[in-house]
Amino acid sequence: MKKFWKLAATAAAASLLVTACGGGDSSSDTTAPADTTPAASLDVKAAVVYLGVPDDKGWTYQHEQGILAAEKELGIEIKRVENVLDNADSEKVFEQLAGEGYQVIFATSFGYGAPMAKVAVKNPTTCMQWATGAKFLLTKDGGGEFATFDDVPKNLGTYFGAAEEARYLSGIAAGKATKNGKLGYVAAFPIPEVIRGINAFTLGVRSVNPTATVKVSWTSTWFDPTKEKQAAEALLDSGVDVLAQHQDTTAPGVAAEAVGAKWVGYNSDVREAAPKAFLTAPTWNWGPYYAKTIKAVAEGTCPADEYYGSMADGMVTLADPSDLVDADAKTMISEKAAAIIDGSFAPFTGPINDQDGKEVIAAGEKADLGALLSMSYFVEGVEGSPKG
Amino acid sequence: MNSNIWVLMSADSVALATTLILAALGALFTERSGVLNLGIEGILLTSAITSFIAADSSGSIWLGLVVGSLLGAVLAGIHAVLAVTLRANQIVSGLALVIFGTGLANFLGKPYEGKNIETKILPLSFGPLTDIPVVGPVLFGQDPITYLTVALAVGASWYLFRTRPGLELRATGDDPATVDAQGLKVSSIRIRYTLAGGAMVGLGGSWLMLAESAAWHQAATTNGIGWIALALVVFASWRPIRLIAGAILFGFTLQLPFTLQAENITFIPQAFLQMVPYAVTLISLIALSRPGSSNALGAPRALGTPFVRDER
Repeated sequence: MKKFWKLAATAAAASLLVTACGGGDSSSDTTAPADTTPAASLDVKAAVVYLGVPDDKGWTYQHEQGILAAEKELGIEIKRVENVLDNADSEKVFEQLAGEGYQVIFATSFGYGAPMAKVAVKNPTTCMQWATGAKFLLTKDGGGEFATFDDVPKNLGTYFGAAEEARYLSGIAAGKATKNGKLGYVAAFPIPEVIRGINAFTLGVRSVNPTATVKVSWTSTWFDPTKEKQAAEALLDSGVDVLAQHQDTTAPGVAAEAVGAKWVGYNSDVREAAPKAFLTAPTWNWGPYYAKTIKAVAEGTCPADEYYGSMADGMVTLADPSDLVDADAKTMISEKAAAIIDGSFAPFTGPINDQDGKEVIAAGEKADLGALLSMSYFVEGVEGSPKG
Repeated sequence: MNSNIWVLMSADSVALATTLILAALGALFTERSGVLNLGIEGILLTSAITSFIAADSSGSIWLGLVVGSLLGAVLAGIHAVLAVTLRANQIVSGLALVIFGTGLANFLGKPYEGKNIETKILPLSFGPLTDIPVVGPVLFGQDPITYLTVALAVGASWYLFRTRPGLELRATGDDPATVDAQGLKVSSIRIRYTLAGGAMVGLGGSWLMLAESAAWHQAATTNGIGWIALALVVFASWRPIRLIAGAILFGFTLQLPFTLQAENITFIPQAFLQMVPYAVTLISLIALSRPGSSNALGAPRALGTPFVRDER
């Protein structure tokens, strides 16, 4: 009870504080404590812009881990700006950071692309990095403002990674765990990134369980515990016994555990959220990329290419499979992981048919990056519409 | 087609409806006294996180419910002081409460992001009754607060239309000058019901967090339920019994996109289905904030108008 009253007092004090700050402004920024900075530190000003807060145990949390690692490695402080909506409002944030002399700015959401490109044009000496982006989308053909690919600012780079590799491996765990061959997938938006993940997962599932099906439920949100839980419960009600997700909360895991089903998480190792359901999770390791890019900027170059990490370079990883994954599946996962890393295997290797049985990748053929980044069909075994 | 999933969906809809009914009932009592409190969403969110902090630190979910409800009353108290005592513009004051509540909740909830309570409020089981096909899960598979909520709504109807204090409440919302002439204190009645309404909204927010929500995720935890609750009151013509039906209907439409997908019915775009409850809400709120149209819908005649004794 004592602890409770302490909290109540904090709440009262906090309410005054929030009022004093103007109430509504929920965005805040934090910087790492200065005392962790070693003497020999890099002379560079770097900033990262987050959609949410670093404690979300999801997408932003995993970026924060990478930023923390880069800070440690380079001995610098990186500026965070939290709770920035990924619409036109974000332009002001990028503009301000560039104005304050930040030499490299990382934007960690898809929606930041167009505003960031605008600011990049006005601030040619600031190095802009757009996570999950694709420069094609900034051109006229891709729905953007720049006439051709070459007109996209040279100080803008993109970074992302082949999550489909880890998704395929998580599919093996899921395909082995299902008892009735019916799996469900709670998915955010029908865009190539998500569709690719669903397909890779399904290919992984069917590599060990050829007749299994994966039923997709779209939520139209990246981050909404209530909707994600509703979608998960509806899938579970319809009889699926393993859930996977492309969402940023652990709500589907909580729903799966409640009815004794199994669950494949996403973003980070989220096993504590639903330990009785957790099989594994495709996760991200952004640290090496952040450190490398900041170092390059400090040396005077802006890596403006389209960086696509993988399991081979460590940007994409798979959380250690839990004890709910049987030994057989664990062996298969580590064998396939080794083959993916040494380049002898890729998840999207033909023959692959789409949902309607039409061949989309011929036998022996590997989908190239362009095909992966524009994927808009579901593979055989997926139930649902790739249009949302 | 699997008929079972529709039964389970109905049960889920009732569960979702609990917060809606509690929040809307709170708004209904407030509005019946003539005070328009648009701050429901802010109260819901703040009571959700405070109930969570209280339950988490004390280990008692019931204490969490009490603290969340009290906090709802405290926040509504701010609105009461501004709107009744100081006669501020009620729409502005209510909207300020949403912004304030959201900021406060995000501030308090920062250390709890992505966390959830260990023991939730669990559904009751009535043994064989719960196993009755179709009606079993819907009628006999809910948690204690859900049953309390239905009882509260039925009780509210009796209170409003069958008791003397209920008559005074309705009169205060319709014709405060007459109530004043009767020797009753209009401002005191309005403050009391604004506080009571806030407590009901607070209970709704606490229940959402302690029974329904998968985890605390800032403003995404309530995600507009408070606004839907305001629309629901318009829908129910300020009558508690109609509120129950309306809430179940809204709960159903919120759950429908996911049930259709789980049944492989995908010819209607998901984004469209998910928009429907909010579009309906928007239209209702427009009606609510225009005096002419809200009166036609059955709103208390003095809703949103401060009572000034000298001007009667």
